[in-house]
Amino acid sequence: MIRFENVSKVYARGARPALDDVTVDVARGEFVFLVGASGSGKSTFLRLVLREERPTAGRVYVAGRDLSTISSWKVPSLRRSIGVVFQDFRLLPNKTVYENVAFALQVIGRPRHTIKTTVPEVLEMVGLDGKEKRRPHELSGGEQQRVAIARAFVNRPQILLADEPTGNLDPTTSLGIMRLLDRINRTGTTVVMATHDDEIVNEMRKRVVELSTGVVVRDEAIGAYGERESILPQIGSTPVLDAPGRNQPQIRVSPEPADIEAERAAEAAAARAAEAVPHPASSQDPAYDVVQQVLAEHGRTRAGREG
Amino acid sequence: MRLQFVLTEVLQGLRRNLTMVVSVVLVTFVSLTFVGSAALLQTQVDKLKGDWYDLVEVSVFLCPEGSTAPTCAAGEATQEQMDALREVIDTELGDVVAQVYVETKADAFEAFSERYPDGYQGTQLTEDDMQASFRLKLVDPEQYEVVADVLTGREGVEVVEDQRAIFQPLFLALNRASLLAAGLAGVMLLAAVLLITTTIRLSAMSRRRETGIMRLVGASNLFVQLPFLLEGAIAAVLGALLAAGGLWLGVKYFITDWLQESVNWVAYVTVGDVLRVAPLLIGIAVGLAVVSSVVTLNRYTRV
Repeated sequence: MIRFENVSKVYARGARPALDDVTVDVARGEFVFLVGASGSGKSTFLRLVLREERPTAGRVYVAGRDLSTISSWKVPSLRRSIGVVFQDFRLLPNKTVYENVAFALQVIGRPRHTIKTTVPEVLEMVGLDGKEKRRPHELSGGEQQRVAIARAFVNRPQILLADEPTGNLDPTTSLGIMRLLDRINRTGTTVVMATHDDEIVNEMRKRVVELSTGVVVRDEAIGAYGERESILPQIGSTPVLDAPGRNQPQIRVSPEPADIEAERAAEAAAARAAEAVPHPASSQDPAYDVVQQVLAEHGRTRAGREG
Repeated sequence: MRLQFVLTEVLQGLRRNLTMVVSVVLVTFVSLTFVGSAALLQTQVDKLKGDWYDLVEVSVFLCPEGSTAPTCAAGEATQEQMDALREVIDTELGDVVAQVYVETKADAFEAFSERYPDGYQGTQLTEDDMQASFRLKLVDPEQYEVVADVLTGREGVEVVEDQRAIFQPLFLALNRASLLAAGLAGVMLLAAVLLITTTIRLSAMSRRRETGIMRLVGASNLFVQLPFLLEGAIAAVLGALLAAGGLWLGVKYFITDWLQESVNWVAYVTVGDVLRVAPLLIGIAVGLAVVSSVVTLNRYTRV
């Protein structure tokens, strides 16, 4: 689905390359964590996939397209097959939840009746049923990220890129977001997530690609976040940089009730969807149950520790 | 769907940048009023030329007695010289001259007596004080130079005079006025381009979030840029319409209803001329907007 062949990216002449001879292959339907210190090239990786940047050397293939030869007028069609989620949500403050999600379809010229049916569907999926008329500032961080995910997923992209989607969220809310991304991954969507959140990486047991100063130093099928000190050598374990607010006195440590509620609603929606489908992926896949168990366990211990 | 969405975006953009939009409208209004005025002045000049040049002729004055001109050294123009001149006019200037009328001294005296029955400034003149001349009506009055070149300096010709010279100061004034208007229009148009550029840039900056998301979800370049383009174009066209309206009012009330009434022997520009100029103004406005949009947008909202 995504293939990097000896990709290098140098932003300024003479500067240290942001990516240096990177070769990575992400298969269809995979869930990949991209870890590494700030400046290790995670964001450059994602930008190359989106063709916001072009590689200095090497080739990037995304969804069967060779991005080094793709003409600029075909870039929009490439981006329609990719959804993106950011740490800062990037919602439009003057639009409601519904409008924010619908916007993604309107600007690519989807017909109105399609929008009318797909937007409520995806909002139900992320657990925001009934909050269509709210504006972003009326929502908690977790809910805002759910809107952003709904917007990224509403066009059913083949690939979902997430750039530190849990960076601004408290641990339990992050967990809800991870469950949502996991569910999206289960629909067959390839998910690539850049993150600093070691706990999430360790518990999800997914493929981990670690970048360090632009070089792939580790690529494990079922990996862990790794040694904090080796990934972030200069700064070690600094709560402020790694996960803002963790271990720090904070006004809001426990998740907002709304976030828990949204996650429940999303789970219920997923369950309903599973009932509707005769052979749901979840019950067939033993790995899913393991993940769910681990996540549930984690939720409890975390809530206990931080709450 | 697409169209409706784009129009909503455009309206929102116009409302958000209202002050800038108003300034674009006003600047294009003023600049295009100057453009329109220049065009109308030129139309007026053409009309006057068309009207008056039909009436004017070139006079070839023949040597009178006692003239100091070198070609008149032999004294009064003889019949031979006159025949020779006639020959030249018929052959060399056959294409240029439509009609030749010979005004003899007697004819000239008659015309003079008619005009000044009591003598000119108290002096009674006789037929001998008059000067014979050829009056040439030209096919194209602008071709005076050719006639002058051919006939000046011939034996028996004292001077070749173009009656158009009488109108020259007026036309010169009108032409200079239209040049001035065009010059001001140029400066104002430059200001308009800069202002539209700035407005679009501001608009694009204030909507960077939207355009960023549009690009990410795969909106096409045109779709991202169209609202900005339309905003600039709408503001500019509004300015053009105002300019056309202003010119229409000016021509209607100042010229048709007032000048026409008081000085009615001149052909003036009409409201119809304004309507002919209006599409030009709108075309210029759209051109301005498109050029400045394309230049700005490629820098700020490229995919």
